[in-house]
Amino acid sequence: MALYIARRILWAGVVILVVLMIVFAVFYLLPASDPALRFAGKSPTPESLALIRDRLGLDEPWWKQYGIFVKNFVTGDEYGWPGLGYSFTSNVSVLSEVTERAPRTLFLILGAAIIWLVVGVSIGVLSAVKRQSAADRAAMGFVLIGISSPVFWLGLMALWVFWKKLGWTAGTGYVPLTENPTGFLSHMILPWCVLALLFAAIYARMTRNSLLDTLGEDYIRTARAKGLSERTVIFRHGLRASMAPIITMFGMDIALLVGGAIITESVFNIQGLGWLAIDGTLNQDLPTVVGVVMLGAVAVVVMNLIVDIGYAFLDPRVRYE
Amino acid sequence: MSETLLDVRGLTVAFPTHEGDVLAVSDLSYTLHRGETLGIVGESGSGKSVSSLALMGLLNQERTRISGEAMFGGRNLLSLSPEHMREIRGKDIAMIFQDPFACLHPMYRVGDQIAEAVTAHASVSKSKALDRAVELLDAVGIPKARDRARDYPHQFSGGMRQRAMIAMALVNNPSVLIADEPTTALDVTVQAQILELIERVKREFNIGVILITHDLGVVSETADTVLVMYAGRPMEMGPARDVFAAPQHPYTWGLLQSMPTIDLRLENLLAIEGSPPSLLRVPTGCPFNPRCAYAFAPCTVELPELREIPNGHLDRCHLPTDRKRAEWIELEALRVGAAR
Repeated sequence: MALYIARRILWAGVVILVVLMIVFAVFYLLPASDPALRFAGKSPTPESLALIRDRLGLDEPWWKQYGIFVKNFVTGDEYGWPGLGYSFTSNVSVLSEVTERAPRTLFLILGAAIIWLVVGVSIGVLSAVKRQSAADRAAMGFVLIGISSPVFWLGLMALWVFWKKLGWTAGTGYVPLTENPTGFLSHMILPWCVLALLFAAIYARMTRNSLLDTLGEDYIRTARAKGLSERTVIFRHGLRASMAPIITMFGMDIALLVGGAIITESVFNIQGLGWLAIDGTLNQDLPTVVGVVMLGAVAVVVMNLIVDIGYAFLDPRVRYE
Repeated sequence: MSETLLDVRGLTVAFPTHEGDVLAVSDLSYTLHRGETLGIVGESGSGKSVSSLALMGLLNQERTRISGEAMFGGRNLLSLSPEHMREIRGKDIAMIFQDPFACLHPMYRVGDQIAEAVTAHASVSKSKALDRAVELLDAVGIPKARDRARDYPHQFSGGMRQRAMIAMALVNNPSVLIADEPTTALDVTVQAQILELIERVKREFNIGVILITHDLGVVSETADTVLVMYAGRPMEMGPARDVFAAPQHPYTWGLLQSMPTIDLRLENLLAIEGSPPSLLRVPTGCPFNPRCAYAFAPCTVELPELREIPNGHLDRCHLPTDRKRAEWIELEALRVGAAR
């Protein structure tokens, strides 16, 4: 098991290096025009161009540039670790931008993930166990609504009903948890639910299908033949075996959302990583965009690692492969 | 005759569908005694597995209609509540299945899975239950049982998995063991070991065994009583010795004739022509009549009674007994001739 985990971590490191190379190539090597021009924003002065060239090492050969890029990322630069460079539009380091924005997105994802896992998996189990009953049909109706409701519409409707009309929650914006916990919750509850709905619907359907498949397996018949109660059969024998596709999806979904739950952040004006990415793109602030892309890529790699380790805990066949 | 364990009377299992009822088992009756092995033989879809799953209460209640009676320890299994049936299942009546690769949960240790069968029926500690599991694994011939109990199923070979299944079935000292095609998925060399093991535990635990198989060879090695099923109906039943020495039903002949032996090569085997009927539309009269070389006028019209010829040997066929004796002797002569 330890060996397995060590091997996976090593692989994750290799993948991150490859990701760095691709990001570097896409943003620094491939552009036909002078990267310094694009870094400099809308009205570059010769002084700022020179400064940028100096900072980015653009007068060096490409492999040396890549070396500096990787070295900065791995060992950090003058703004801290990991080194992500300096934003020329907001005049702060990208790292400080990211560390300011990241908690908002992470809290958004965390809360939504808890809601969609609990709601989605429960509904899925219920509808698989009570297959073809009224409850199952209602659950599948919920799935259809959840999957087909656009987040921007749902978000605006939720704001209109719960903030404008009923006044139960706070409106758009973000209040840090450390400053005002109640305000934080009041601001986050709608975005959590709105973001969770789509995923809850997808997870409900996936849980239902996966559990139904599993319940048709021979070892479930064995479990029943032993005289186990139906509850044990479903939760101990059925659910565990049907969790693999759900864990895979969960890892990927979390990772993708780290790259920006852009629509939800926009509707509720949370100004997290997604907002940072959009802002950076609109202002041609390449270091910021690279920073968010790197964070998203690292999130994908790390979540994959966690999923792999989760598999190994869940299924002994993976451990001994 | 020793104690009667299980008395099945008129068991009928139907699966309602949009096109009508699928009659998987029709009017099946048999008795199982302590120390007896009852071999149920038939092709796929003959109802042999379904009849046992019905007894175990393992068929989906909402999508099956079961009628008849199955008396076990003074209680009718078919009218018990699901909770009462659960208490019997795995405790008094245990079942093992065809594919030991698929029948053990891949994510739990073998020993824990067996121990779970103990704790499902008795309030004992986990470690006591595990001790019992190890004891049974040892009894079914798993070497170093204490260590192997900590293994996962994928670390076991096919034969060992079936041994583990048998250990799981016996862990609560049941009085009936139902083995549904227990050797079909195994290597030939392992098949014999598993059959021997079932025979041995039958004697040591003094239980009744229902052995379901499509392989008459398996039955001839182990069964005391043979029940031949076709299209959900019992066609012939009797003491194994009699059924093999003087088979009555042309379907039984077909099964015996299509059985390969060491000196009979494939091209000389006599396969039964055609395939079993759809259970949605079973032929009128004798269900076997479209495939029967001996079918005559009444066969397509009237279902023969299951009538008794001496020694408790039952046969469902319109042909007169004398004629059948002559036909069978002729068939055997042909077969022996082909072997030479």
